[in-house]
Amino acid sequence: MEYAIEIEGISKRYGDVQALQQIDLRVGKGEIMGLIGPDGAGKSTLYRILTTLLLPDEGSASLNGYDIVKDYRHLRQILGYMPGRFSLYQDLTVEENLEFFATIFGTTIKENYHLIEEIYVQLEPFKDRQAGNLSGGMKQKLALCCALIHKPEILLLDEPTTGVDPVSRQEFWQMLKRLNTENITILVSTPYMDEAAMCDRVALIQSGEILTTSTPANIRTEYQGQLLSLKSQDMYHLLKTTRSLDGVMSCYSFGERLHVTIDPETSNLEMVQSALSTKGISKVEIKPIEAGVEDIFMQLLKRSDA
Amino acid sequence: MRSLPHVIRKEFRQISRNKIMLPLLFVMPIVQLIVLSYAADFEVKNLNLAVIDHDRDPMSRALVDRFVASGYFTHVGQFQEVGAALEAIDREEADLVMTIPEDFSRSLRAGKPSNVQLLINAVNNQKASVANTYSQQVLALFNQERLFERFGGSAPGGLEISSAYWYNPKLNYKIFMVPGILAILVTMLTAFLSSINIIREREMGTIEQLNVSPLTKFEFILGKIIPFWIIGMVLMGFGLVVAYVLFGISTAGSTLLLFGFVSIYLVAILGFGILISTVTETQQQAMFITWFFLVIFLLLSGLFTPADNIPVWAKGINFFNPIKYFVEVMRMVMLKGSGWTDIRGHFAIIILFAIGFNFVAIRSYSKTTS
Repeated sequence: MEYAIEIEGISKRYGDVQALQQIDLRVGKGEIMGLIGPDGAGKSTLYRILTTLLLPDEGSASLNGYDIVKDYRHLRQILGYMPGRFSLYQDLTVEENLEFFATIFGTTIKENYHLIEEIYVQLEPFKDRQAGNLSGGMKQKLALCCALIHKPEILLLDEPTTGVDPVSRQEFWQMLKRLNTENITILVSTPYMDEAAMCDRVALIQSGEILTTSTPANIRTEYQGQLLSLKSQDMYHLLKTTRSLDGVMSCYSFGERLHVTIDPETSNLEMVQSALSTKGISKVEIKPIEAGVEDIFMQLLKRSDA
Repeated sequence: MRSLPHVIRKEFRQISRNKIMLPLLFVMPIVQLIVLSYAADFEVKNLNLAVIDHDRDPMSRALVDRFVASGYFTHVGQFQEVGAALEAIDREEADLVMTIPEDFSRSLRAGKPSNVQLLINAVNNQKASVANTYSQQVLALFNQERLFERFGGSAPGGLEISSAYWYNPKLNYKIFMVPGILAILVTMLTAFLSSINIIREREMGTIEQLNVSPLTKFEFILGKIIPFWIIGMVLMGFGLVVAYVLFGISTAGSTLLLFGFVSIYLVAILGFGILISTVTETQQQAMFITWFFLVIFLLLSGLFTPADNIPVWAKGINFFNPIKYFVEVMRMVMLKGSGWTDIRGHFAIIILFAIGFNFVAIRSYSKTTS
């Protein structure tokens, strides 16, 4: 497989904080790679290094074969970057922003209009509105347009859907999927686990380290143990009691339910149910479920902590 | 360099969207020129004179009348003793106290010398020294009259000084201040605007987008300098018009020469502003640092006090004070009509500043951080 992004042993330290530790990551050409991790995991630092804004302390990385340190000039021509924070000119209109970013890349809106057309038609009614007055979803669409207007080979999106309503998020991902068919490699970070399923592959990042890299489907098979979903009237009592049971590997509260992982060799659904009722909790809704990315993430975190 | 015109156009668009900045650019010169030139007046008038007259003779009263007749003094009270008079100074009712001794008129009539004592409030030392000078003049005049009375026409002759003031014949304070204030105004506006500007890009995050673009830092900084340079030149022209319309001050020398100097001076000041914005992180920091330097530059510039009077060590600092050169050139060209040969030294120094500040500014701006 030909790689668009190759990261080898990248480390970055800010004072006492080790932001990135020996990051290795490969993203294939034309792939959508999701970088998933909580706030402060080091995602933005990695983006800043890949976009040539920040020099790593150690390690090397190349994008489409161009080194981030040596060939930064060329990289600035072929990268599309959308920082986590909205960073277009709030006092310029939608059209002026797009036009400005086209011109500093030495191109025009017309030349690459086909790339952004689908997104831009939604923005067109507001093209004379100042960017600062757009809604969150519209801002992100405009930012994506501006990152795409010079027809980048690689698109680096840092939390593009944070703070965006669910409908806009959905639309945003559909656009990424379509761009992917234009053979643009996309590295997208997100704190939302549900977005992982939209990627070709995902990398889970925590405390500056990549925990695992896999396809969303494969990552499920990595789950150890059997997952049960529990619900009762007194959730706090249920949580405390379940955690004390034999054969329970982990027990977390997930919205209004508990996600309980049991060791299938020493326990099963019935055993949990009877153990709970002997402890006085009888009215429990209990069912087996398939592990989601969140569950896997929690388990990986627990494993890496241990 | 292809991107440069687009960067400049973007900058002007942003400036035109700023609801406060644009009106401010044109209201500020008018208001500042009017307020500062009319109010920043060092002429001391209305000195309040308290008198302790132990003599109470027509001659001592004549002395007091002389003071009042000079037009600079107002007789605010007669006191019996020093303590009460000093209290009047404490209450800010009197600026100086004159004590006339008991034997004042007797001594003078007998042809013997006499003393009067002056106690001057020196909290404001400038006012105090002016009060002292005025008093000496009044007393000298009084002496002369006494001599004349005594010896009549046969009074011993002396030197009489007659002076005329060149370039500002009536010693009009406004004529002296307006060119300097205009210089400060152009400096302040352009320095602040440029130092805040790049920081704003940083605070808004827009600089990230520019840094990952092929835009070179040279284009970026030029794209910042050129719009503010144009604004500075327009401001200068506007200020000259205001100076003419409101104060009737027209440039005695070559306006072209003046603009030639300003055009280079602005490059220096803008480079300075941009240098500040590359080493600071917030608009607040940039404002304070710019303010810090501007206040020092301004006070040493010779705008209010003659720059030649400062101590040697401060003169060393002042060599690096661009505002000093600008204020000097403004006064020389506008009031004296100085030509190229008179100010070429200023030109040379300001060209060095322009190169120096911008070189360091471009060097210290980096698109990549480590």
